[in-house]
Amino acid sequence: MINVQHISKSYKEIQAVSDISFEVKKGEIFGLIGPDGAGKTTLMRILMTLLIQDEGQATMGGFDVIKDYKKIRKMVGYMPGRFSLYQDLTVEENLNFFATVFQTTVEENYELIKDIYIQIEPFKKRLAGKLSGGMKQKLALSCALIHKPEILVLDEPTTGVDAVSRKEFWDMLKKLQAKGITILVSTPYMDEANLCNRVALMQKGKVLNIDTPQKLVENYTRKLYAIRANDMHQLIQDIRAYEKTDYAYAFGQYLHVTGNEDDVEATEFESYLIQKNHTKLEVFDIHPTIEDVFMDRMGEQ
Amino acid sequence: MCLWIGWGNNEHLKEMKEKVIEVKNLVKKFGSFVANDHLNFDVYQGEIFGFLGANGAGKTTAMKILCGLSAPTSGEVKVAGFDIYKETEKVKRNIGYMSQKFSLYEDMTIAENIRFFSGIYGISPSDRKARQDVLLQNLGLESSKDTLIGSLPLGWKQKLAFSVAIFHEPRIVFLDEPTGGVDPITRRKFWDLIYEAADRGITVFVTTHYMDEAEYCNRVSIMNNGRIEALDTPEKLKEQYSAKNMDEVFLKIARNTE
Repeated sequence: MINVQHISKSYKEIQAVSDISFEVKKGEIFGLIGPDGAGKTTLMRILMTLLIQDEGQATMGGFDVIKDYKKIRKMVGYMPGRFSLYQDLTVEENLNFFATVFQTTVEENYELIKDIYIQIEPFKKRLAGKLSGGMKQKLALSCALIHKPEILVLDEPTTGVDAVSRKEFWDMLKKLQAKGITILVSTPYMDEANLCNRVALMQKGKVLNIDTPQKLVENYTRKLYAIRANDMHQLIQDIRAYEKTDYAYAFGQYLHVTGNEDDVEATEFESYLIQKNHTKLEVFDIHPTIEDVFMDRMGEQ
Repeated sequence: MCLWIGWGNNEHLKEMKEKVIEVKNLVKKFGSFVANDHLNFDVYQGEIFGFLGANGAGKTTAMKILCGLSAPTSGEVKVAGFDIYKETEKVKRNIGYMSQKFSLYEDMTIAENIRFFSGIYGISPSDRKARQDVLLQNLGLESSKDTLIGSLPLGWKQKLAFSVAIFHEPRIVFLDEPTGGVDPITRRKFWDLIYEAADRGITVFVTTHYMDEAEYCNRVSIMNNGRIEALDTPEKLKEQYSAKNMDEVFLKIARNTE
């Protein structure tokens, strides 16, 4: 449904996107996962025909992003990173406006947005600028869907959104996927990778890895340990000073630690830390998360 | 001397510590809407205090009041020992502030930004020079002081913005989602800076949407619908809500009361 071949784009001397290729199949949720500056927005703008690439080819639904841009615009829905609805129009007016631009009506495609729109319908007379963050997001998604697009492109829809609203948003995306819509979504939250069918991990304009979230985690072959102790701040300093540690990062209530050789055993970390007078010590091996995989790949670069 | 070391477990030190934020029955209304509904909490010197809540829960409103940018409808609030109603300017002198949205001036160099903020806080040129050297050395940016902020990577900007926010040695620094959008390694390095500041006795008041970061705070409060629904160490909160991690605690609190 989406085909990206060797796309590059730079702004003056800054290489925003560098030789990126991937494909998204029909009905898939494909995630671009990476921090600010990874090139996610630039890539999406190219696919949305709002920006022209320096090199490479890309198609959306079989249409070329340069030659067939008008056709693409009719069949894709886009939710940009910055809230871009009309703040001085009401909820209802915004929705009607987008429907009219795409030569359709709200009634015609109401079925598609019903589940989402119903949550903001009580506020339909309110100006979009006066909505809370969560409601703005729902309105923006409704507007992006009102012309019944085949592909939905969402640029960081959950950035700055609290954990509860993030989970609700992903539930909505799953429902849209079930209706056959192909979804390309970007996010800086690594844990959201698990909600995609496949993801591209991105950093500084490059793709570090493309795979299903399960495979990404399975392909991480290093031994990874979770360690905690009574005094975590001292623990992280001591473990980093240990000659057998490769890296140690805080992961919530534990540290995630890898040895500089794969055969460093849990017992070695344990006896070193006991010798450093740590108490309530826990050391055990764990399966990596997507964030571990990402950090490991970043370290290699 | 580091007393409030991270990841909880230090509440026995509380009695020895001075209160730097005292909030009693804080109420803020906008018309008939109650944004802050009788908030009560204290924050202690050198503590890392996580201020969590769903979007629209009233965090920003409360933070603006604590920074002296907005007056409460009623209630008593003291920040750095000063009354928020009468001594607003003294409050502002004794706090630092940093957010993802507002940090440094992009079209000024590192040194110019430092000079600008030093001027605002009345730091003498000789003090500024000495502190600037330490700051640049700590961040490994000695050779970049004439670099424009706009040309730096986001991770560097955020580290600098934090260092500048505490350049005048405030009693408290307010951090509003300081790690939004940065990569996972930079995000963790940013927390190293937070710990260093807390070790020096600066109180850190921080909001975040990353629940793993809630674990790094000494104590965490969780707001919902204008009220503080929970306030304790991450350890105790997990126990209280029978949750594996802070993400679960947050979801239980924020979902239940919607």
